[in-house]
Amino acid sequence: MRIQVETTLNGEPTTFLCEAHHSLLDVLRNGLGLTGTKEGCSTGDCGACSVLMDGRLVPACLVLAPEAQDRTVITIEGIATSEALHPLQQKFLEHAALQCGVCTPGFIVAAKALLDANPNPSETETRYWLAGNLCRCTGYDKIVRAVLDAAAEMSSGKAAAR
Amino acid sequence: MLSIRYEAPRSIAEAIHLLASDPGAHVLAGGTDLLVQFRAGAKQPSAFIDVKRIPDLVGISLDTNGLRLGAATPAAAICEHAELGRLWPGLVEAVHLIGSAQIQGRGSVGGNLCNASPAADTTSALIADRAECVIAGPGGERVVPAERFCTGPGTTILRRDELLVAVVLPRPPARTADAYFRLIPRSEMDIAVAGAGASVTLDASGTCTAARVAVGAVAPTALLVDAAGQALIGTRLDEATLSLAAAAASAAARPISDKRGTAAYRRHVVGVLAKRAIVSAAARARER
Amino acid sequence: MSARTYRYIGTRPIRHDGLDKVTGRANYGADFTLPGLLQGVVVRSPHAHARIVSIETQAAEAVPGVKAVITGKDIPETSARLALGAEGAFDLHDIGDNLMAHGKALYEGHAVAAVAATSIDAAREAAKLVRVVYEPLEPVMSIERAIAPDAPILHADMVTKGRPLPGTTGPTNIAGRMELKRGDVDQAFAGADVVVEREFRTSTVHQGYIEPHACVARSGEDGQILVWCSTQGGFIARDFCALILGIDAARIKVIPSEIGGGFGGKIPVYLEPVAIVLSHKAGRPVKMVMSRSEVFRASGPTSGTRIRMKLGAKRDGTIVAAQASLWYEAGAYRGSPSGAGAMCCLASYAIPNFFVEAHDVVVNKPKVAAYRAPGSPMATFATESLVDEVARAIGMDPIELRLKNAVAEGDHAPYGPVYGPIGLKQVLEAARAHPHWSAPLGPSQGRGVACGFWFNAGLSSSATVTLNGDGSAGVVTGNPDIGGTRVAQAMMVAEELGIPVERVRPSVADTDTAGYTDLTGGSRVCYATGMAVIRAAQDIAEQLRSRAATIWNVDRDRVAWEPGRPGRVIALDESPDGSVRPPLTIVELASKMAQTGGPIVGRAAVNAPMAGPGFAAHICDLDVDKETGRSTVARYTAIQDVGKAVHPSFVEGQMQGGAAQGIGWALNEEYIYDADGVMENAGFLDYRMPVASDLPMIDTVLVEVANPLHPYGVRGVGEVPIVPPLAAVANAMRDATGVRFTELPLSPSRVLEGLGTIAKG
Ligand SMILES: Cc1cc2nc3c(=O)[nH]c(=O)nc-3n(C[C@H](O)[C@H](O)[C@H](O)COP(=O)(O)OP(=O)(O)OC[C@H]3O[C@@H](n4cnc5c(N)ncnc54)[C@H](O)[C@@H]3O)c2cc1C
Ligand code: FES
Ligand code: FES
Repeated sequence: MRIQVETTLNGEPTTFLCEAHHSLLDVLRNGLGLTGTKEGCSTGDCGACSVLMDGRLVPACLVLAPEAQDRTVITIEGIATSEALHPLQQKFLEHAALQCGVCTPGFIVAAKALLDANPNPSETETRYWLAGNLCRCTGYDKIVRAVLDAAAEMSSGKAAAR
Repeated sequence: MLSIRYEAPRSIAEAIHLLASDPGAHVLAGGTDLLVQFRAGAKQPSAFIDVKRIPDLVGISLDTNGLRLGAATPAAAICEHAELGRLWPGLVEAVHLIGSAQIQGRGSVGGNLCNASPAADTTSALIADRAECVIAGPGGERVVPAERFCTGPGTTILRRDELLVAVVLPRPPARTADAYFRLIPRSEMDIAVAGAGASVTLDASGTCTAARVAVGAVAPTALLVDAAGQALIGTRLDEATLSLAAAAASAAARPISDKRGTAAYRRHVVGVLAKRAIVSAAARARER
Repeated sequence: MSARTYRYIGTRPIRHDGLDKVTGRANYGADFTLPGLLQGVVVRSPHAHARIVSIETQAAEAVPGVKAVITGKDIPETSARLALGAEGAFDLHDIGDNLMAHGKALYEGHAVAAVAATSIDAAREAAKLVRVVYEPLEPVMSIERAIAPDAPILHADMVTKGRPLPGTTGPTNIAGRMELKRGDVDQAFAGADVVVEREFRTSTVHQGYIEPHACVARSGEDGQILVWCSTQGGFIARDFCALILGIDAARIKVIPSEIGGGFGGKIPVYLEPVAIVLSHKAGRPVKMVMSRSEVFRASGPTSGTRIRMKLGAKRDGTIVAAQASLWYEAGAYRGSPSGAGAMCCLASYAIPNFFVEAHDVVVNKPKVAAYRAPGSPMATFATESLVDEVARAIGMDPIELRLKNAVAEGDHAPYGPVYGPIGLKQVLEAARAHPHWSAPLGPSQGRGVACGFWFNAGLSSSATVTLNGDGSAGVVTGNPDIGGTRVAQAMMVAEELGIPVERVRPSVADTDTAGYTDLTGGSRVCYATGMAVIRAAQDIAEQLRSRAATIWNVDRDRVAWEPGRPGRVIALDESPDGSVRPPLTIVELASKMAQTGGPIVGRAAVNAPMAGPGFAAHICDLDVDKETGRSTVARYTAIQDVGKAVHPSFVEGQMQGGAAQGIGWALNEEYIYDADGVMENAGFLDYRMPVASDLPMIDTVLVEVANPLHPYGVRGVGEVPIVPPLAAVANAMRDATGVRFTELPLSPSRVLEGLGTIAKG
């Protein structure tokens, strides 16, 4: 049974058709062509599919597509503005916090959710928050540094603006 | 071909009607158990009944009597609630242990209970905290204590057309606090090999006047270990008493060996965890 | 080698492909689509060992939307061999049979059929309707069982390759056996003051790349084939497909996608030939993506092992004798890295007498694939645990003991050649000097140290550098970029031509576009492909010399290339009028390209037979909860001879990532099977790879002992770092608990069993 869903995706009103059992991840990747959100497991274990739904960090593989009705969804494609990368994206580049890069979109979305809620996380808080995002290449060292550095830069930027 | 329905009822009555009219319908809360089981072929629902748009099932209300937690409230909302963390730090710890930040954005306490995994983290904490489950069905509401909710691995007292609406917790009396500990090989993202929750009440002199200890992942369901709680009452929680309680927790365990741990290990470690939970709960109670 | 000063090598520019990867624009294996795409699904055996009696596909074919169903009959049986690749030769018969079982299912998850349909739902439904009748056989799940006299034989025609065990007759599960020896072991043990001996075990573990295997294949009416896939080597994927399917390599174009990790596991093909056959049958392109469970159950993990080892030493710490018997599970087909294990396990020490035998044993588990320094970590776990025991037995500091025995330039490697300049001693000295080694430990903590070795690989690579009219350049190679190799190649071009790294555009090309290049693996890209890139850039410089000579109308050998910034050609003589000719920069010369002879393209192809070996030492502090047996890595330092770090951030990243994988191997990762040989933990949740909160920052020390085989001194850095952690962690556990654990992983229950707190079970 095809269901029509109306949602707000990366700020744009978006309508799509799906089956009841399709995941939001299926629809993003296959229906809407937004392949930035990755699939590492489809069982909630790896965080590669992280998106924000109504501002909350969720694994898109464990969200049914019809649940997006009337919600706002932000994916990796919606993190940068047309003028600039998000500081997290910039810091991931500067710290070489990606090797193969397949985990990167999920980490950036998850880290954004962290910094939205907690602008100055400790290393331990950052590590526990990101425990749902698997990276097999980096040993997490440079990822954690990139997130902490982005947090520092964002809060000093805010302090300067004040 | 697969043809599954998706329904998002707005009221309890509507949800119960949907459940009653389709024996293959499954309640969907956060989906972090149900969708994983569906993808693995372990469950084949004919319809997903998404209960997150029913106002009674989502939300946290706290008054002088205690707490009413909507069954489908995402774990993350519980962890963000400062007052809950102050009153029931142990329960909030247990909620905070569920999966990852992502999983907590979806998974609910109701789902944790209804999925009825013996290893469910919040169940032992809820039992220790004297929680009750509010159940709605075609004939109205009924309330059962948390320790009677699960009947075996994957089974509960819910009938097909019933819905868990909320869990309610009485406000902790003076000098009462809780704690929850679990053992996982990693630091996060693991299912408990064993778990233990405790709630301890002390009098002004530091003597224990009431205590409940519950253990998880060591029997077909989470267990309330009366003997462990009883061992504490009337004592000042000295080392010997703690060891007795730990031994009671281990003795109550009826664990199996599986991919997550051996029976011998579980039996031993659940005692260690029970002791740690009691010590932590008592330390918090002293501060109140 | 004279110390060269670099302009770009050793700096940390932002990688060119980074932007696409942080914005989600980069396309990985599963991100590609074509018009009319079908979805393919593999039907897999639920049995670990079974004869396939019959396969019935009619019901599956009848499902609406199904366009093709294939079985083993559709994958030709070949006897060819493909003898290339960093990790050894490949037996194509086995790879073909592994792609789809022909007569027997040899592990749970072994492919037996595949379906392509217009939707994934239809394909999955049809896959369920493929009716396979199996005659289950006893699964052979351990080395003990495989070598028992009454063991079921996996392959009726298997004989032991190499030096069979004396008395072996008839078919066997021992696929191979080799020996390495030096000196007189018995006599040396007799003369040793201390002899330590233990038996070690490690579990089957998986590479654990986050991106599952994925591909799209289109077989056209004209017989031309396009494959888009996530692979460690476009050419090897192409050649596998061509040889297995018996078609010309020239008919296949492989476009390697961005690759989400490989670690050796994306060298073999699992889906590509199947997708080609499905596409051929259906007349439409087919996409295939493995689920995570399929990745665990049906792509190559690395061997579970059983190793008996003995070391003998003098009271002064000199190790005089070593004896080892290595048994490695190959999975369902021959080809475990047991031989590499034998060659690596003693490679760090100059031991005058040794005897090592290595066995390759087939069992009913997935066919193993390369995993980062294949074979070395397990055998090194044994060696480095015993070296620690020797140090304890004679009361010597474990780093001192290692320094005393460490190999140096001029020593014979146990596997034959004489070492050139190597950095093990420098690495150990850096470890000893590191503040970590002398930092105080907490009450529940222990500290361990261990060394590791890997050969590193050379092999064949090609590169093309194209100069643009504005003085910028492009560099094209055929190595998929798994961790920053594009930027490293751009840096090499920048270094040679003296143009900024940002003005060099590096790209990974398909098999029609790039020159032949072996796979990304064996820690060879920065080394061997790097060498090709440097030579291609030097080729440009040479051509610029000619162009300048033309402009100045002088003899070519009267002009010289001056690397500079920008690079330039200088005239060695004054002009006829006595004035000094101003140098011509690369930018000026590029702008005059059309007038001076046309496009300037630099090319190079190298066949690097050898590489510079890599050594590392890791220090680990472990915090052990003795009541629960849980342990946590509290501090970790990785020290490694990296030759020359082209881009230090990515070198550190390799060391940190390898260390993390090794820590996972040591503490929690393992394949868990039930009594029927069915994997019970085929998902990330229960396979338990390290998560961010499991690890501390991983400190790195880059020791640079130049590799004379490479113009900058580069050596492979990617593989060594997974070798030391197994023993570094176990040695720390020994230090914290007083108990020597010889079996991995060091799971909490195993630790409590070892401490005697609970009964073994
Ligand atoms: C990666 C990962 C990690 C996890 N880690 C943990 C962990 O550490 N600890 C832990 O305890 N669990 C863990 N879980 C399991 C799961 O997240 C929890 O059990 C969670 O609380 C389930 O809640 P949910 O809302 O997602 O339930 P759902 O999946 O929506 O539902 C679970 C079951 O309960 C039924 N149900 C749900 N709500 C109701 C209701 N109100 N009335 C009647 N029936 C209902 C559903 O039909 C279904 O059968 C993990 C899961 C994943 C995927
Ligand atoms: S794909 Fe969703 S968590 Fe792995
Ligand atoms: S960079 Fe490869 S998985 Fe994280």
